[in-house]
This record gives sequence, C-alpha cells and structure tokens, in this order.
Amino acid sequence: MTVRPDPTFHATAKLAMQAPVENFAYTLMLSPDFSQPDGLAIVDVNPKSKDYGKVVHSVIMPNKGDEFHHFGWNACSSALSPLSGHPFLERRFLIIPGIRSSRIYVIDTKGGPTKAKIHKVIEPEEVFAKTGYSRPHTIHCGPEGIYVSTLGGGGPDGTDGPPGIFVMDCQTFDVIGRYEIDRGPQDKQYDFWWNLPRDYMVSSEWALPPQFEQGIVPEDLLSNKYGHRVHFWNLRERRNVQTIDLGANHQMALEVRPAHDPVKEYGFLGVVVDTTNLEGSIWTWWREGGKFHCEKTATIPPEAAAKDDLPPLLQGFEAVPPLVTDIDLSLDDRFLYVSCWGTGEMRQYDVTDPMKPKLAGSVHIGGITRKTKHPGGGDYRGGPQMVEISRDGKRVYWTNSLYSTWDDQFYRDGIPAAMVKANVGENGGITLDKDFYVEFPEGYRSHQIRLEGGDCSTDSFCYPSV
Amino acid sequence: MSEWTTAGLWLAVVASGIYHGINPGMGWPLAVSAGLLDRRAGELFRALGLLAIGHFVAMIGILLPFGAMLTLIVWERQIRIAAGLIVIAAGIYLLINRRHPRVLARIPPAQLALWSFAAATAHGAGLMLVPIYLGLCQAGDLDVGHQAATTLMAGNLITATTVSVVHTAAMIVSGGVIAIAVYRWLGPKFISQSWFNLDTVWALSLILVGGIGIASIGFAR
Repeated sequence: MTVRPDPTFHATAKLAMQAPVENFAYTLMLSPDFSQPDGLAIVDVNPKSKDYGKVVHSVIMPNKGDEFHHFGWNACSSALSPLSGHPFLERRFLIIPGIRSSRIYVIDTKGGPTKAKIHKVIEPEEVFAKTGYSRPHTIHCGPEGIYVSTLGGGGPDGTDGPPGIFVMDCQTFDVIGRYEIDRGPQDKQYDFWWNLPRDYMVSSEWALPPQFEQGIVPEDLLSNKYGHRVHFWNLRERRNVQTIDLGANHQMALEVRPAHDPVKEYGFLGVVVDTTNLEGSIWTWWREGGKFHCEKTATIPPEAAAKDDLPPLLQGFEAVPPLVTDIDLSLDDRFLYVSCWGTGEMRQYDVTDPMKPKLAGSVHIGGITRKTKHPGGGDYRGGPQMVEISRDGKRVYWTNSLYSTWDDQFYRDGIPAAMVKANVGENGGITLDKDFYVEFPEGYRSHQIRLEGGDCSTDSFCYPSV
Repeated sequence: MSEWTTAGLWLAVVASGIYHGINPGMGWPLAVSAGLLDRRAGELFRALGLLAIGHFVAMIGILLPFGAMLTLIVWERQIRIAAGLIVIAAGIYLLINRRHPRVLARIPPAQLALWSFAAATAHGAGLMLVPIYLGLCQAGDLDVGHQAATTLMAGNLITATTVSVVHTAAMIVSGGVIAIAVYRWLGPKFISQSWFNLDTVWALSLILVGGIGIASIGFAR
C-alpha cells in the first residue's frame, strides 16, 4: 500500500502520453525446443545510453518448457478507477504465464528493471484446480484484480470444457476463480480487453490447444475450424451479451484493441487470414444503440511467390499471405500498427476515422520470401510480430517470433530472436532505427515486449482525454 | 449540557460531512467521470445527486437503530459505551485490514447510488457519526426521564434525519465543489495528484470519535 497513487498511473491516455519516456523494455525469451529455461530480458532503449539496444539484465526461470508468450502488470492506470476508490497499488510485478506449462511467474521489478527477480511461482496444479482452465495467455489489470485469459480448458489436451478468463488477486497473486457467469456460445478464447466506465468487455478466438500446440493444422484451417467470432460481455455482470460471427472464412480473430479514450465506444480487431483469398484484415467494432457491430474496414492482399521459395504449407497457393498476427493502437487513438508476419511488413494505418483506416506508413523487414535485411545489417528472420508502441507514440518496437511450432512451418530456417525499433514521423510514416537491433542469447526466440511504466496495450484509462 | 456543546456537535456533523466529501473514496471522481464521459455538466450533477442519496441512506441506516435503542432509558449509558466501542472496533478493523476493496469494483458504474451506499458502509462512514449523534440526542433531551418513550423516539428520529441531511449536504457540497473544479478548470490530472491514502487517518478518526463518545459519557454525568 502506498500513500500516493503510483506515478505511472494516469487518469487519461493523454496524460500518459505526456509522461517521461521509457528507458527500458522487458522482452520475453522462449526456448522453442524447450532445451533451455525461458526468460525475461531487460533491454536498454535509451538512445543516450552506452548500452542502447542491448540486453542489460535477464531473469532466467527455474523450469523448462513453459513457452512464454504474453505478459502484463499486476496494476496499471485502471487503479485510478473511481469505482475502486483506492488507487494505492504499485506497478511493480510482471505476471508471466507459460502457455505450454500453465505455470505463472510473478516477477518483482522493485528497484528498477535491471533489478528484476522472481517473486512467486504459481504452479499449474493451482490454476487447474481453481479454474478448470489451462494455458494462461493474456494479462490485464482491472477492477477486480488481475484478469488472465486462457487458451485451454481442463484435461491433458485442454479440450475438457471451454477455455475462458480467470481472476487473480493483485496483491497476493492467489488464483481466485473463473470470471464467466454466463459465457453464452463462447467456446474458444484468445485476447480480451474492455472499456471500464462503459462496463463492457470484448474477447476473441484463436483455436483449441490441439489446433496449435503441435503446429498449425492445415486441414482445420482450410475447413475453417479456427476461431472466427468476437464476443461482447457485460463486464461486471460477467455475461456474454452478444456474439458476432465474422464469417467462417475469417480465420483466427486475434488482438482486440479498444480506443484508449473511454468516450469512444469502438475498437479494432485483427484477423490472420481469409481462407478464400489469403487476405489479412482489420475489423472495426463499435457500440451503437446498445448493440455491438463489427465490419471489415481494411484488407491486406497476399503476395505472389514461386512455389520453390515457399514452405510446403504454402506451396499449393503460390502466394504468401500477409498473416496479420498482431495489431496495436497508439494512445491518441490515431495510428493502428499492423504486423504482417508472412510478407514481412509493418504497416501503420491512420484510424482517425475508425471506419476508414488509411495506410500512412510501412516498412519491410524479414518475410517468408522477401527476406528484407535490417538497415543496420542485421539478418532479421521471421516477420514483424509482437508490436508495442511507446506511450508518446513516437517509437514502435517489435519482435519476430509467432509461436514455437508455427515458426518452423512458415520459416524453415528458424527465427533467432530479434527486436527492432521504428521512429514515427510527426504526421505518420515510420522508419527503422538502424542503430537498434537487439540480439538475444543463442537458441532463444523473442515474443511480447512491455515498456517501463506502461505502454499502449497494458493500461486502461477510466477518464476521457480532455 | 451547554449550547456550546450542541453547537460544537452540529459543527462536527458538518465537518465530518466535508471530510467525507473531499475524500475521493466517497465518490467525487465518479461525478467527474460522468460529466466528462457524456460531455455535459448535467451528468455531473445527476451523479452527485445519486451519490448523495446513497450516502444519506448509509448514514440514516446506521443512526436510526441507535436512535430507537436510546429510548431504552435504563440502558442508555451501556448503549453509548457499546456504540463507542463498535466505532473503535471498526477503526481497528480498518487499520488492520488493508486489502484492496475488490467488492466495490463489482458494482456497475450505472448504479451510482448503490455504489455510494456500499462505499460509505464499507468505510464505516455512518459509524463515524454515531457518537456525535448520540451526543446530540443527549443534549436535546435534558429531562429524558420525564418523557414518554414515543415522544423520545420521535425526537431521536427527527434528530437522526436532520443529522443525516446536514452531514450529507456538507459531504456533497464539498465533494461537488471539487468535482466541478476538476471538470471545469483543474482537469483529470488533479485526480491522481490530489489522491492521498487516507486509510490510516480514516481508521484513526473512527477510533478518536468512538473514544470521545465514551469519554463524554463521564463528563455528562
């Protein structure tokens, strides 16, 4: 308990943009063959530092085979919610779930990023016993504590019952139990986020564990068996109030990015691939007259390629799908960044008009057939994947790995961990920083990035930006 | 009991109202949020009204039972001591129990009056008024022994209502002034800047008020 709210908690997204810039980033490292324990790398992102672009500290876990993916904070700006009436928490602990082991690590960052250390380990058995869920994934700090989405239900293959969300105490890290009271037709789970004062939540669908753990299942994809629906919830009543089917050909509805300003009742959703034409797509959802709506508002075409340049999975198509695997929205709700992991492109859309995203910037790096090198000379493999934006919106960071078993199906030469950064122009446009190319220890892949003091996918704001 | 004591007790009713009102935990940031979300000052005032209703119900809900009990003249002294002890116990409980209040966060933002009632009750805001109220009942009824229980009861109930009204008015005016100032001039930054953890001070306030309540019984005799 603190006497004042944590200085990194901000009432509005606009105030968060004016806060001091980040000096460090936290990046997850995973061992794709499970031969080494996974870890958390702390990267110096201060251009004035002698260690700029280097891993300056790392926390290596005591177990192997966890498979780190996404992570988040124990507390964020949502603590300033007037409904909690008690914002005296610290943004201090990083909650890192292993999506393969279902183990959850709590990392203490007291004393600064370079002093990060393990605080507590929640064993998989506790998660199974108290929630009936497995394979914890996305973390958000919210009204009742820490919310954790899961990809699997019970049983060894995670198909005994649907996956869902569970709640953890934000101080003791005890697993409290399931979030859902009425899940409606929801039977798959991926991302989730919300509008706190408007009291709704949005969740998306990836797939069930047998559809991803041993690699993508082409037959399931071509028969449209991956997730293609988006669910809208009454947040505090914990009820699914509406489900929208995007159409079965829109396979894998992943990241949910609501506008940060809670006045705006809309947000975005990325869909990995349209099985009829290999397009990636951006969808805009909004609430109007008490109902939710969702429309496709941008598409990204596949690129033709010679059969011999393609992995077996794609040879029949003679094309590279863009594979929209991550999206992220700047705190001013102006620019949406879209990772095209297949074609090797990071796109920046101006979404000032959320129904008409306009392409404002683009850089190429990596890609299945393009194989674009980093301007600093780095042999970047894979494509742009997990993307994170600085609070002020001027810097964009990303890594290159998607998921251990899927990486090898699309990029046969493997994907050594890399992390790069682009600078954002005053009125849009992005350019890669040639001096920022982070190399990680041998054998690791890199996944989600978190920025010191919060970033564009950690914090929920309870007051409008005025 | 002198008029000065009565005036002092009423002053305490108003002061505790202001104390509750300026505490963000009693809800003024909700009024700011309501006004900003709908971009209309009208929503801010509507929210303040709902917060006031919830707070008033929480106050009178605590005071009325004590007022009714006080008509048991022979037990008056014991009731006063018990009341003081309950208030002190609530303060000690709040001093020890420092968990993040998760339950309040489950109330939907649309139910502001319920939220206000729950927030006031969870913090023992009504209990803080009990010793002051009991003091006022005593000050108003010097010859209690000669009055019929029904008359006494009516008097106590009127006092309970008046205390709750005056306290809630002071609470909502002080909180409302801050909410309007933040909405119009200071901006949302003021919310985190001005928010102090009053847990300890609040708990000690309860212990203090309860202690004074018990001590005053001795003086009154």
